[in-house]
Amino acid sequence: MGTTPTKTPTIVPAPKTNRIGLQVIDYRGGKTTLCAGCGHNSISERIIDAMYEMGVQPERVAKLSGIGCSSKSPAYFMNRAHSFNSVHGRMPSVATGAMLANKNLIALGVTGDGDTVSIGAGQFIHLMRRNLPIIYVIEDNGCYGLTKGQFSATADLGSTLKSGVVNDLPPVDTCAMAIQLGATFVGRSFSGDKRQLHTMLKAAIAHRGTVMLDVVSPCVTFNDHEGSTKSYKYMQAHEEPLHEVSFVPSFEEINVDYDPGTTIEVTMHDGSSLRLKKLEQEYDPTDKIEAVKRLMESHVKGDVLTGVFYINAKAPSFIDMLNVADEPLATLPESVTRPSREALAKCMKELE
Amino acid sequence: MATTDIVSQETSGEVGQKRVVNDMSIQVATVNGSGSQSSNTVLLRSIFQMGVPISGKNLFPSNIAGLPTWYTIRANKDGYIARKKEIDLLIAMNAETAQDDVKTLAAGAAVLYDEPLALDKVRDDLIYYGVPYDKLVMAVCSEAKLRKLIKNMIYVGVAAELLEIDFAEVEKAIRKQFAAKVKAATLNLAAAKAGHDYAVANLKKRDPFYIQRMDKTAGKIIVDGNSAAAMGCMFAGCTVVTWYPITPSSSLVETMIEYMKEYRVGRDGKATFAIVQAEDELAAIGMVIGAAWAGARSMTATAGPGISLMAEFTGLAYYVEIPAVIWDIQRVGPSTGLPTRTSQGDLLSTAFLSHGDSKHILLFPSSVSECFTMAQDAFDLAERFQTPVFVMSDLDLGMNNWMSDPFPYPDKPIDRGKVLSKADLEKAGGFARYKDVDGDGVGYRTLPGTDHPAASYFARGSGHNEKGQYSERPDDFERNMERLNKKFETARSFVPRPELAGNGKSKIGILAYGTTHWAITESRDQLSEEHKLETDYLRVRSYPFTREIHDFIESHDRVYVVEQNRDGQMASLLKLDMKPELTPRLRSICHIHGLPIDARSVTDELMMMEGK
Repeated sequence: MGTTPTKTPTIVPAPKTNRIGLQVIDYRGGKTTLCAGCGHNSISERIIDAMYEMGVQPERVAKLSGIGCSSKSPAYFMNRAHSFNSVHGRMPSVATGAMLANKNLIALGVTGDGDTVSIGAGQFIHLMRRNLPIIYVIEDNGCYGLTKGQFSATADLGSTLKSGVVNDLPPVDTCAMAIQLGATFVGRSFSGDKRQLHTMLKAAIAHRGTVMLDVVSPCVTFNDHEGSTKSYKYMQAHEEPLHEVSFVPSFEEINVDYDPGTTIEVTMHDGSSLRLKKLEQEYDPTDKIEAVKRLMESHVKGDVLTGVFYINAKAPSFIDMLNVADEPLATLPESVTRPSREALAKCMKELE
Repeated sequence: MATTDIVSQETSGEVGQKRVVNDMSIQVATVNGSGSQSSNTVLLRSIFQMGVPISGKNLFPSNIAGLPTWYTIRANKDGYIARKKEIDLLIAMNAETAQDDVKTLAAGAAVLYDEPLALDKVRDDLIYYGVPYDKLVMAVCSEAKLRKLIKNMIYVGVAAELLEIDFAEVEKAIRKQFAAKVKAATLNLAAAKAGHDYAVANLKKRDPFYIQRMDKTAGKIIVDGNSAAAMGCMFAGCTVVTWYPITPSSSLVETMIEYMKEYRVGRDGKATFAIVQAEDELAAIGMVIGAAWAGARSMTATAGPGISLMAEFTGLAYYVEIPAVIWDIQRVGPSTGLPTRTSQGDLLSTAFLSHGDSKHILLFPSSVSECFTMAQDAFDLAERFQTPVFVMSDLDLGMNNWMSDPFPYPDKPIDRGKVLSKADLEKAGGFARYKDVDGDGVGYRTLPGTDHPAASYFARGSGHNEKGQYSERPDDFERNMERLNKKFETARSFVPRPELAGNGKSKIGILAYGTTHWAITESRDQLSEEHKLETDYLRVRSYPFTREIHDFIESHDRVYVVEQNRDGQMASLLKLDMKPELTPRLRSICHIHGLPIDARSVTDELMMMEGK
C-alpha cells in the first residue's frame, strides 16, 4: 500500500459570526483601565456577548453614561457604537434627548449607585416614569470608587468601610423604586453570575421600554472586605435567585419545551420569549405588589434577591406616546421641518 | 405701590390746554385675575385700528389672582413705543392701589375711576371722571359670577368715548378678542356699549387727550416676543424642544406647542417634532444636548434661575462641542428676584456660563421681528459652530405686545453645519472628530446611528485628543482649548452685525442692545431737539463682538453704554474685548428697577454726565 503522503488542504475555519455577519471582536472596546477583578469589567463582557448573540448592529447602539468608574466602562466595550460620557447623575436626560432625536437608536445607559441614587436620583425617577426605551444598568458596588471608597446610598445599614466606619443609614432599593415609578422591565443580578446576567441582558435588548437592571458589582479595591455587603464573598453567600431565567430570541426557533407548571413564559414585544422557572415559590413577574413585597422580605432576611422582578411587555414607551414621524427627527429634511410661505402668511394674518 | 419711578411734575397738560392728539400714556390699574387682560387688549387694538402706533406693557405681580396689576398703553403718532414714565390717563379700578396711583400722577392728568373710590377727594389738580361701574354692569349682565369679568370692559367703552375712538373699532376688537366665543363677545360688547353710552350722556370732556385716525399701522401685526420666537423656531426647522416652566419664558414653549400642532404634523398624523416638559432645567438642557448630539435641532427656553442651573451642562456642550439653542427671557435677578419684571441682567453670567475657560455666542433681539429672524440665526450658528447659542430676550420683549411689520419668510436655507454622512465616511475612510481640518476651528461630526463602522466617536466631557480619545496629555489639552478659542474667533464674522444709526460723525456715541433700543431711539431725538446734541448709535446684536463695534468705540470720544442692569454688564464685556487705552471712553447708564427703560431717564442722565 502506497503511503505517498497526500497534501491535505489547510482548512482555515471561517470566523464565527452572528446573524448579521459580525464577529465578537466587532463588539469589543478599548482596554479597560478599571482595577483588575472589578465587577464592572465582567458586566462589560456580558454586554459584548449579549449584543453579539442578539445580532445588534453596533452602529445603532448609543452608549450613555454619567460620571464614576461605572460610567467610564462604555469605553471598554463596543467601539463601533457611539458613546456619550456626560455629567454626573444626568445621563438620563441626555439619553432621553438622544432617543427623541432618533427613535431607532438602541440606548444603553451605564451608571453607578452614586451616579443614579444620590446625585442622579431626580433624573432617575423621571426616566423610570417615562418608560423611555433604554437599557439602564446600574453597576452597583455600594461605594464611590473613583473618589476612594466613600459610602453610597445603596450601602446596606451596618455595612462597614475598609477603615471600619459603619454605615448608619438605610439603603435605597433601586429595583423597588423603579417598579413603583413605571419601569417596565426591572431586575437585579450579580456581576459574578455570568449565566443569569447574560440572559437578562439578552432579554433586555428585546424589550421596548425602560429596562432597569441593578447589577451588584463588587469594588475590589474599596468594598470587597469583611463587613461589606457588596463583596464577592457576601454575594456568593447571600445571592438568592428568584427563578432560573432563560431566554429564546425571536430569531431562534423555539424548540425547547418547558413545563408550564413550573415555568412562566413572557412573550416580549418582538416575539422573543422570556422564561422564568420557579425555584422555591410561585412568582408572578407581572404583579407589582408581589414584586415589591418580595424585595422587602429579602431585605429583612439579609438576602440579595436576583432575577426579573417585574415585566410589562405591553406598556407603550415614551417614544410611542409622542407619536413622532417614522424617520428620525434628527435627519428630517428642510422640506418637512420648515412650514410653507402660506403657513407664515396665515400666522401673520391672525396677528393683524 | 407706585409704578411710575421718578415722576417730574410738569409734563402733562393743564385743564383747558390745547388738544394733545395721538400722544399719550394710558395706565389701567386692576386686580390680577379679574379679566382685565381682555379689556386692555381690546383698548390697545382699538387705538391700533385707528392707525395710531401703540405699545402695551403689562406690569403684573408674581401671583395668579388678587394682587394689583397695571397695564400701560402708549399711543404715539411718531412711533415712539418705549415705556413712558408719565401717565396721562389713569383708569383706576383697584381700590387697594387707587390712592397711590392717583398720588403719583402729574398735575393735569385725567383719572377715570370707579365712583365709590371717591378719588376726586385725593387731589384737586387732576381731571376726574367717575363711573358707577357696578350699577352699569348690573344692567348688562344678569349672571352675578360673570359680572366681575365684564365689568372691566365698561372702562373700554368710557375711554373710547372720552378719547374719541371710533366705537366701531372697539366692536371689531371685541369680536377679534372673543372670536370663538359668541356669547362672551355679545356680553362684552354690551358692557363696552354701556360704558360708551354712559360717557356720552354723563361725562363732559375736560382733558386734552384725543385719538385721531391716522395711517401708521396699516399692514402691521401685534404680537409678543415669545410668540414671535415660537414661530421663528418653528420656521427654523427646530425638531426637539424641552423645557421647564418658568416665568417669563413658559409662554414661548406653550405658544410653540400650539403652532407646531397646527403646522408640523404630517399627513399621517405624526409629528415632525417632540416637545417634552422636563423635571427641571438641568434635565431640560440635558435633553437638548442629548438630542443635538444625536442630530436634532433642539432648544429650550428659560429665565435667569434656569440659566444658573444649566451651567454645568452648558460647559459640557461647549467642550464636547454640541449645538444647543437656549432662549433666556431675562427677568430680574439675583436669586428669585422680581420674577415678573424685566432686566438685562444675565449677560455676564451667560457669556461665560460654566467652570473652566468657556464662552458662548449670545444674540440680542430688540424687536419681535428679531425674535423671529434670530431664531434661525441661533440654530444655524449653533450647528455651524457646534456650540451652545443663547438668545437674550427679556420679559418686556417676550411677554408684552409689540407692533411690527409682518415677518418675512426665511430667505436662507437651514444650515446643519459640518456633519459627515455614510457616503462621506466611505470616501474618507474615517475621521477625527476634533481635528481642525478647515482651519476655522470647527471639526466634523457624525451622528449616532450613521451606518458605517468608522462613524462612531466617543463624546466625553473629560480631556480628549483630536480623535475624541481620553487624554490627559498637556499638549492635547492645550491644543484643543486653543482650537475652541479659534472657533469662537471665527464666529465673530458669522454672528449678526450691529446696526448703526446716525451719520457716524458725532463725537458722542450711544451703544445699546435688546429692548433698550426703543428708549434710545426716542432719547436721541430728545437730545437732538431739546439739547441740540447729536449722537451716533450702535445697536449691538451679538457676542462675540464684531469689528464694527470696536470701530465705533474707536471713532467716538465718549460712548454711553445704556443697559438694564446694575453693573453695566455690556460695558464690562466690551472692556474685556477692546484695547485697554479705549476703555475710559465707555460710560455706563444703568437702569435697574425692573420696569422697561424709558427715554426721558436716558436723556436726563446722559445730559447730566455730559455736565450740562
